[in-house]
Amino acid sequence: MSYSMQLMMTLPELVLAAGSIVLMLVAAWGGQASTKLVSWASVALLAGAGIALAGPSSTGGVAFGGLYRADAFATFAKVVIYAAAAVSILVAPKFFQRTSGEDLRPEYPVLILLSTVGMGMMVSAGDLLSLYVGLELQSLSAYILASFMRRDTRSAEAGLKYFVLGALASGILLYGISLVYGFAGTTLFEGIADAYRAGTGGSQHTGLLFGLVFVFAGLAFKISAVPFHMWTPDVYEGAPTPVTAYFASAPKVAAVAMAVRVAVDAMGPAILEWRQIVIFASLASIIFGAVAAIGQTNIKRLLAYSSINNVGFALIGLAAGGEEGVASVLVYMAIYVVMTIGSFLVVLQMRDEQGEQVETIASLSGMSRTRPGLALALAIFMFSLAGIPPLLGFFAKLGVFIAAMHSGLIAFATVGAAASTIGAFYYLKIVKTMYFDEPAPAFAGKTDLVEGGLIAISAVVISPIGWLVFGALGTWSLVAAKALF
Amino acid sequence: MISLTHYLVVSAILFTMGVLGIFMNRKNLIVILMAIELILLSVNINFVAFSSFLNDLVGQVFAMFVLTVAAGEAAIGLAILVIYFRGRGTISVDDVNRMKG
Repeated sequence: MSYSMQLMMTLPELVLAAGSIVLMLVAAWGGQASTKLVSWASVALLAGAGIALAGPSSTGGVAFGGLYRADAFATFAKVVIYAAAAVSILVAPKFFQRTSGEDLRPEYPVLILLSTVGMGMMVSAGDLLSLYVGLELQSLSAYILASFMRRDTRSAEAGLKYFVLGALASGILLYGISLVYGFAGTTLFEGIADAYRAGTGGSQHTGLLFGLVFVFAGLAFKISAVPFHMWTPDVYEGAPTPVTAYFASAPKVAAVAMAVRVAVDAMGPAILEWRQIVIFASLASIIFGAVAAIGQTNIKRLLAYSSINNVGFALIGLAAGGEEGVASVLVYMAIYVVMTIGSFLVVLQMRDEQGEQVETIASLSGMSRTRPGLALALAIFMFSLAGIPPLLGFFAKLGVFIAAMHSGLIAFATVGAAASTIGAFYYLKIVKTMYFDEPAPAFAGKTDLVEGGLIAISAVVISPIGWLVFGALGTWSLVAAKALF
Repeated sequence: MISLTHYLVVSAILFTMGVLGIFMNRKNLIVILMAIELILLSVNINFVAFSSFLNDLVGQVFAMFVLTVAAGEAAIGLAILVIYFRGRGTISVDDVNRMKG
């Protein structure tokens, strides 16, 4: 295959990487005044990368000696990632102006773009080397984003915690990668799969299993599954809200997609071994995420536990394995991103007269009377996250449970379904606070046109009107899942 | 004769020390940065040892990438540490507790 053809396959990453470097220079010379230009240019670049996905980068196959894969699976994940990244760029300028009184610095959109390049590499990786470099590009940008409000001590602390635990996770993952490389003799996914297929018993197989355990521990850190979730609530609470919305959406999709690709593509023959790990992490995440969320008083912290809980459900689909399981994970993550971004956009509207962010759940009391539209939107998101039909969140959960039952994991699916009712408790408590409690002082300020529009769009997509696109989503996710098998 | 196992044992010990350095350290955050570095370097020993014993260059290339990333990671870690110190006036591990729950 010609070199230019291979470059064409990586076009989305090339567009974003080159664009973000140019925008970084613009930001350096233009200073604070260039924020608006850089923000819109970044959104345009993300749209451009999305269009570039239509070319050979969605069907091209393998490029650069197996380091990069341009297939339907990566395309599905990238579309969700680009959309989530664009939203978190769009809502940021107003937030920073309100809370810190000064304009957003133009480095913010550039950092989001850079981490999007990293996420693109993560989901397209066909080799542990490109996977690691992509993951680090995403993580390093994310550490800076978490501590982006430099004068806020909570933001700095969030950045610090994220950095230390993220670096530890990368270290654990890397140690696993080094063992897998040593005992499989290659870092290419196909070669690793062959090694797992060949080895039963013997020291080589033991080494490979050790590698598998470390790799999955590292991956669990990145998707914030229990027992490696401890960084999530602190980072989500401390980071600026648009950044939290970003963390809960795009990097999570990328990390889950990466975990699926590693599990299925590289370690597929060892499914019986990693399935135990995934089942444990999944049930622990669902139960812990739900129980720990009950006592929370801070809405961002609550949504952090909600994201832990949701990752548990996505992992049910991964444990099921097979095309159906992978497709159900993709559908779950796509719907989860819409629900989560919608919830965080509503959180962005919670502010007092000075424009300071209000984060207590109690301040939502009686919002149905002061801001009925916003309350309705948040109620839709909460019902959907709780998995109540006819909202799309129900079908997302249904999909992973059906996939698990088809692979014979009936007890697992039953426990998962039963545990989802614990989660329903705290989601419904928010709805109850909004609709039946005595009104708290109303939130100040109007909803911005862009934010209001995005909230409305997410609410409509999640509502039964979303059934119109649900069929297409299901078909597309199956096409994407087939690319892995 | 030094065999592959010797290298792996050294690297495993260094890795464990690095992880313990993060979790058992109660003094200051610079030590945590050093522990992270130790973890990455222990991985590099693994890569280079495997690379040499497998007669395969990929491991050494990987080690180069890890070194580069480690440099970037240290730079970002120190930068975050500086803004944290500016806000709080301390880098003691026990004081990183503004958020709990």
